[in-house]
Amino acid sequence: MSLTLEHYLLLSAALFTIGAVGLVTRRNVIVLFMCVEIMLNAANLALIAFSRFHLVADGQMFAFTVMAVAAAEAGIGLAIMVNIFRHKKSLLVDDLNVFKN
Amino acid sequence: MNTVATGLLAPLLLLPLAGAALNGAVGRFLPKPLSAAIGLVPIAVSFVLALVAALQLHGLGGAEAYGAAALTQDLGEWLNVGPLVANWALHFDAVTAVMALVITGVGFLIHLYSVGYMHDDEGFAKYFAYLNLFVAAMLSLVLADNLILLFLGWEGVGLVSWLLIGFWYKDAEKVDAANKAFIANRVGDLALMLGVFLLFGLAGTVHVGELREWVSHLSPAQITAGGTLLTTSTMLLFIGCTGKSAQIPLYVWLPDAMAGPTPVSALIHAATMVTAGIYLMVRLNFLFVLTPVTLAVVAVIGLATAIMAGTIGLMQNDIKKVLAYSTISQLGFMFLAVGVAAPAAAMFHLVTHAFFKALLFLGSGSVIHALSGEQDIRRMGGLGKVLPSTSKTFLIGCLAIAGFPLTAGFFSKDEILWSIMNNQQVLGGPALSSVLFPLALFAAFLTALYMFRLYFVVFAGEQRLTDEAKSHLHESPAVMTGPLWVLAILSLVAGFAGLPHFTGLPNLFHHFIAPVIAPTEALVRSVYSHDSGAIWGCVGAGTVAGLSGMGLAFVLWGRGGERPARLAASWPRLHALVLNKYYIDELYEFTFGKALRIKSRVYDLFVDNLVIDTVAVGGAGWLSTFSGQLIGRLQNGNLQRYLTIAFIGLAIVLFLIARGGVTP
Amino acid sequence: MTVEQVLFYLFAVGAIAGCSGVVLSRNPINSAVSLVAAFFFLAGNYVLLHANFMAIVQILVYAGAIMVLFLFVLMLLNQRDEELGPRKVSIAPLLGMFAAAVVSVSIGAGFMSYRNATANFPTDVPLSFGTAEQIGRSLMTTHLLPFELVSLLLLIGIVSAVVVAKRRL
Repeated sequence: MSLTLEHYLLLSAALFTIGAVGLVTRRNVIVLFMCVEIMLNAANLALIAFSRFHLVADGQMFAFTVMAVAAAEAGIGLAIMVNIFRHKKSLLVDDLNVFKN
Repeated sequence: MNTVATGLLAPLLLLPLAGAALNGAVGRFLPKPLSAAIGLVPIAVSFVLALVAALQLHGLGGAEAYGAAALTQDLGEWLNVGPLVANWALHFDAVTAVMALVITGVGFLIHLYSVGYMHDDEGFAKYFAYLNLFVAAMLSLVLADNLILLFLGWEGVGLVSWLLIGFWYKDAEKVDAANKAFIANRVGDLALMLGVFLLFGLAGTVHVGELREWVSHLSPAQITAGGTLLTTSTMLLFIGCTGKSAQIPLYVWLPDAMAGPTPVSALIHAATMVTAGIYLMVRLNFLFVLTPVTLAVVAVIGLATAIMAGTIGLMQNDIKKVLAYSTISQLGFMFLAVGVAAPAAAMFHLVTHAFFKALLFLGSGSVIHALSGEQDIRRMGGLGKVLPSTSKTFLIGCLAIAGFPLTAGFFSKDEILWSIMNNQQVLGGPALSSVLFPLALFAAFLTALYMFRLYFVVFAGEQRLTDEAKSHLHESPAVMTGPLWVLAILSLVAGFAGLPHFTGLPNLFHHFIAPVIAPTEALVRSVYSHDSGAIWGCVGAGTVAGLSGMGLAFVLWGRGGERPARLAASWPRLHALVLNKYYIDELYEFTFGKALRIKSRVYDLFVDNLVIDTVAVGGAGWLSTFSGQLIGRLQNGNLQRYLTIAFIGLAIVLFLIARGGVTP
Repeated sequence: MTVEQVLFYLFAVGAIAGCSGVVLSRNPINSAVSLVAAFFFLAGNYVLLHANFMAIVQILVYAGAIMVLFLFVLMLLNQRDEELGPRKVSIAPLLGMFAAAVVSVSIGAGFMSYRNATANFPTDVPLSFGTAEQIGRSLMTTHLLPFELVSLLLLIGIVSAVVVAKRRL
C-alpha cells in the first residue's frame, strides 16, 4: 500500500489536535502562541497535500500566505507580550484578566 | 445597443477619490492653498473628462436618435456568485452624462466657493477630503452599470452626507442631525435593497442593461402574471428613493441636515445627492413604466410633498430651512414628473434645479458669511445695498425657481405641468390629472410665494441686524461671488436647452437623453399631443401661478408692515399647524419615541415589578443564584475556558457532519 | 515498504513528537526547540509532496526567522521557574482534551469521506511542480494582488511591532 492523500490529511488532523490541546491546557502566553503556529502548520500541510493531489500550485500559494501572516502575527504578538511582561511581570493567562468584570 | 469601450470613465471616477485620499492622509500638514488645489484640480479634470465623454457619446449616435449609445469601461470582476454577477463596470449614457456634468460642474463651483467660505476653518483639508469623497461616491452611483455598484455609491453618498452634516462634531445638536439623516436614509436603503433583491429574484440579473433586455422580452401576459411582484419591487425602489430624495414619509432629515456647512447643503442636500432617487427612477424607467400603480403613487406622493413642504417653507424663519423645504418641494415636483411618465421633464428640472438651488444656497451662505453666522431672517433685512452681488444673483435664483418667463425654471416647470395634462392616458384617464393639475399649479404658486417672501424679508426693507452682525458687514470675496455669477447665468440660460415642442425649435435636452427613456416615450407616444393650444394653456397657467405668487409676496412682505402677522392671526389654528410643520416630527416622536417609553413603563409595572421582583426573585431566587453560579463558572473571563467551549461546539458540529458523511 | 513510505512515517512521527513536546514541556524554551524540530520534519514532508520551494521557505522563515524571534523573546524575558506558574490540574483542560480528541477524529473522518482521498497521488508530476520558478510566476501573475496585500500586511506588522514595543509613544 503506497502513500495516499489520506495519510497526509490524518497527519494534519493529528497536528491540529495537538495544537488545540496545547491551546486549551497551557497557561504561558508564548507557548499558546507556539500552539497556534502548530495549528497553522497543520493547515499548511493539508493545503500542500491537496496541491500535490490536484497538481495545482494554488494550494502552495495559500500556504505561502499563511506563513507570511504567521510571521506578521508573531512579530506583533511578541511585541505585545514584551509590553505585557513589562507591565504585569507575568506571562500567565490567569494573571492577564484586565477585562474581567 | 451601441456600446463603445473607453478608458475615460475610470479616471473620471478615480481622480476625486485620489484627491480625497491625498487630502485625507496628508492634507492637515499642507498649507491651505495647496490642499484647496488638491481638492479643486481633480474635480476640474473630471468635469473636462465628463465633457469629453459626453461629446464622444454625442458623436456615437447618428443624427437621429443617438441609437442607444453608451460608453462603457469594465475594470474587472467584483462579485461572481452563481447567477449574481456584478463587475466594477462603468456605463456612460445620456442620462449619466447629464448627471456627471452636473455633479462635476456644479461640484467644481461649490468647491471654489468653499475655498472662501471655509477659509478660517481648522478642518479645511478634512472638509475638502470629504467633499472629493462625495463627488467620487456620487459619480460611482451614476456611472454604475449594475445595481450593486450603484448601491455602493448610494451608501457612499449617505456616509459622506453623515460626515459633513456632523462636520462641526463638537456641537451635539449637529451630531444628532447627522444621525437623524443617516437613520432616515437607512430605512429607505433597506427598502431599496429589498427592491433590488426582488428584481434579482424576478430577472436573475442586477445589470441595468440586462434588466432592460429582460423587460423588453416580456410578453404582456408575463407582465400581467408577474404584475404584483413587479409592482412590489418598483414600490420598494420608490421607498428607497423617498429616503435619499427626502419625500413623504422620510423627508424629516433634510431640514435638519442644514446643520452642515452651507456649501455642503448646496452640493449634497440640494444639487446632487438628493436627486439620486430621481436619477434611479429615470434610469429604471423601463420598469416603472410597467407598473402604473407605482407611477400613480409616485405622482401623488411627489405632489403632496411639494405642497406640504411649500407651506412649511412659508413659515420658516431660518434662511437655510426655507431653502431646505424649498428643495423638498422641488424634489416633489420631480417625483411628480416621474409619476406622470415624463422622465425627461424630471431630468430637466433636476438640472435646472441644481443650478438655481445651488445658487440660492450659496447666496444664503454668502449672507450668513457676511453676517458672521446669523441665520434668522427676522434679524436681516435691507441687505440689498450692502451685498450687491449676492442680492442680484439671489434675485435671479428666485426668479428662476418661481418660473419667471424665459428663466430656467420656467421651461422645466412648465414641461412638468404640461406632461400632467398630456400624459393623462398613462394615469388612467383624465380623472387623476384633473386633480393633479390644479394642485401642481398651487404648488408652483407656493414656490413663488415662499421664495419671494425670503427675498423681500432678507434683502428689502430696513435693516434689523444685531450690533455684532453690523460691525463687520461685508460683501463676500470674489472667490465666492464668482461661482454665484456663473450659476446665475446658468439659471437664466439653461432653460433654452429644453425648449417646448410648439416653438418648432429642437428640444436639445430631450433629444439628448431620448434613448435612455425610450421605453417610457414609446408608451407616451401613443397619446402624444402636439396641440399647441393646450400647451399654451399650461404655460400660461404656470406663468400666472408664478407671477401671482410673486405679486402676493410683494404685497405681503415687500413693504414691511403688519399684514403677514394679521393674516396669521385670522387663521390661528392653520398657522400653528403649518408653523409646527404639521407636527410630523412630533408624530414620529410619538409613534417611535413615546410609544417605546409607554411600552417600557408597562413592562416596568407588570413584567419588572410583578413578575421579576415578586415571582422570579422571591420564588425562584435560589434557582437564579444556582444557575448564575453555574453560568458564572463558564463566563469567568478565562479565555481558555471559552476556547474549550468553542472546541466542544466545533467537535459536535464536526461529529454531526462526519457521521452524516457530508462530502466537503 | 518503499523509501518514500519509510521517510513519510519517519517525518510524521517526528512532527507529532515535536509538537507533543511543545505542549508537554514545562519550560517554554524546550517547547520552542521542539517546535523547531517539528518544523524540520514538516519540511521533510513538504519535500515528499514535491513542494520543494515551500520546504525551503518553511526552514528559512519558520524555523529560521520566526522561531528565532520566539527564542529571542523568551531569553529576553528570562522567566524563572516560579514564574512559570503552579502545577495544577483542573477539569477544564481535561474537558478540552476530550473535545480536541473528538475534533481530531471528526476531522479525520471528514477527510476520509472526501472523494478519492484514498486514491494514489498522480505519478506524472511535472518537473517544474513546486519549484521556485513556478511559485514565482504564479505570485507575479495570478496571485499578484494577494502577494502585494501580504507585503502590505508585513509592512504594517513591522511598523506596529515597533510602535507597540516602544517604551513611550
